[in-house]
Amino acid sequence: MVHANAADFIRRHPTIVAGAGLLFLIALAAIFAPLIAGDPLAFEPINRLRGPSADFWLGTDSLGRDVYSRMVYGARISLLVGLTVAIIAVLSGSIVGLLAGYFERVDAVVMRLMDGIMAIPSILLAIALVALLGASVKVVIIAIAIPEIPRVTRLVRAVVLSVRGLPFVEAARSNGTRVAKLLRRHILPSTIAPLIVQATYICASAILTEAGLSFLGAGTPPEFPTWGNMIASSRLYLQLAPWTIFAPGICLALVVLAVNLLGDGLRDRLDPRIARRM
Amino acid sequence: MLSYIARRLLGVIPVMLVVGIFVFSLLHLAPGDPAAIIAGDNATEANVARIRASLGLDRPLLEQFASWGWATLRGDLGVSMFSNIAVTTLVQQRVGPTVSLALATMLVAISIAITLGILAAWKAGSLLDRAVMGLAVTGFSVPVFVVGYILVYFLALQWRLLPVQGYMPLSEGLWPWLRHLILPSFALGLAYVALIARITRASMLEVLAEDYIRTASAKGVATMPMLLRHALKNAAVPIITVIGIGVALLMSGVVITESVFNIPGVGRLVVDAIQRRDYPIIQGVMVVFAAVYVLINLVIDILYSFIDPRIRYS
Repeated sequence: MVHANAADFIRRHPTIVAGAGLLFLIALAAIFAPLIAGDPLAFEPINRLRGPSADFWLGTDSLGRDVYSRMVYGARISLLVGLTVAIIAVLSGSIVGLLAGYFERVDAVVMRLMDGIMAIPSILLAIALVALLGASVKVVIIAIAIPEIPRVTRLVRAVVLSVRGLPFVEAARSNGTRVAKLLRRHILPSTIAPLIVQATYICASAILTEAGLSFLGAGTPPEFPTWGNMIASSRLYLQLAPWTIFAPGICLALVVLAVNLLGDGLRDRLDPRIARRM
Repeated sequence: MLSYIARRLLGVIPVMLVVGIFVFSLLHLAPGDPAAIIAGDNATEANVARIRASLGLDRPLLEQFASWGWATLRGDLGVSMFSNIAVTTLVQQRVGPTVSLALATMLVAISIAITLGILAAWKAGSLLDRAVMGLAVTGFSVPVFVVGYILVYFLALQWRLLPVQGYMPLSEGLWPWLRHLILPSFALGLAYVALIARITRASMLEVLAEDYIRTASAKGVATMPMLLRHALKNAAVPIITVIGIGVALLMSGVVITESVFNIPGVGRLVVDAIQRRDYPIIQGVMVVFAAVYVLINLVIDILYSFIDPRIRYS
């Protein structure tokens, strides 16, 4: 029976299975990086810009570092940033969104603030924050999370506005339920499904932004083996050693694709109302 | 109608005020002395003092904000710490390449995306539809610099069809200008194509299911006029909304694309400013980009009322 159910699930939600499966493999590679890859920082100046070979599966970069090992370790930062940004943005965004949706006075102020943040291109905002606070993984995570908060706030607020007047909320309120409990027990549950979907999209966009920041030299410090840093340090060698750019580039695309597929699948599964529109 | 436009215009004020407060306070949110942060780790005491004085950081916060805000409103974005040139002048010098890139990208992306979206909706469920949707998910997942380097590697380095990088102003001739814009605009446009094609398909699918479309095809309206005049026109509002939302995406992409293709635009100005900790430039460009974003979305809001008279002006 379990077997039949699993086959049925795969048939009905191929994108969830494909996205989650791909993500699971990449996460395994990231966790067990020391077992399946060599030292990402070791460099052999004699072996600069070597093509793929038995010793160096994906060749070496301009400092003679193993591209394959760096690529495997690069998954760690990407997944870490994607996951933490999604968590931070969803948690802080939903608290603000709940308050804005429920209290009209908070709403006016908070939503203008969110409109303002949304007007600033996220990469510029992140660049400014990194330039001011100094480049570190922590700063990069915060810098990427802030521009994502308005998206969550708007979503949660919209859900709150749509359920606020429904009979079950009215009933709880007239029973004398305190506001905190009302928000947590009666309103918050309605936001969970759309939030899960939104979280996957934020995760995908955070991974892309982190790579972009690293690429521009305003992100994770260059000593970390991240995919963006790998591409940035190899950009002059595109003709000589294209593998130094294409290997991390394809990894980036695969991770983001996996997260996006998962998100699309979850949206179809959890939120049929939006699914019909997109 | 006029009062609607006036109200929309007034709505710009709070948003830009928030942008201003936000951009201004970033510098003061950072722990420590802002002047020392800008000066960098190896700065001398005199250097820090010079920066503090030139940015007016020794005055009360509210006064600083008022004078900064007033100067910004008059178009004075401060002076670059590195080159001592007014940020407004620097932005003006760099605006040509950036606007060219942004316009070329929008033109390429919107025309491709709407065509693909209409075709996918018209032949929903077909191989073509699946291909377009596949492209949409993939296009949204590949970072612009990866697309850029793949395009450069094959079209510029291997087949030598187009220049590897750089920019030619329009004054050097139409073809040189276009030649340099083709690769960057396709690289930057891919994510935009994905976004717009998806919403075009969705919106068209909804409209094509309506009764009046069936009536039109029953009375023998040819396919093309039916798709374009009857369906697309009514499917336009969500598409335009997404084009507006995508402007923010495009602006972040411009910054990266200019670095990939070595285009001397506003994005490069910012990226070069990062290493030099030239904060007035970063701050100024943030304000300019935000203003452009708000203006474009204002225009789109007003456009709605022309496209769809059903939208109420309340």
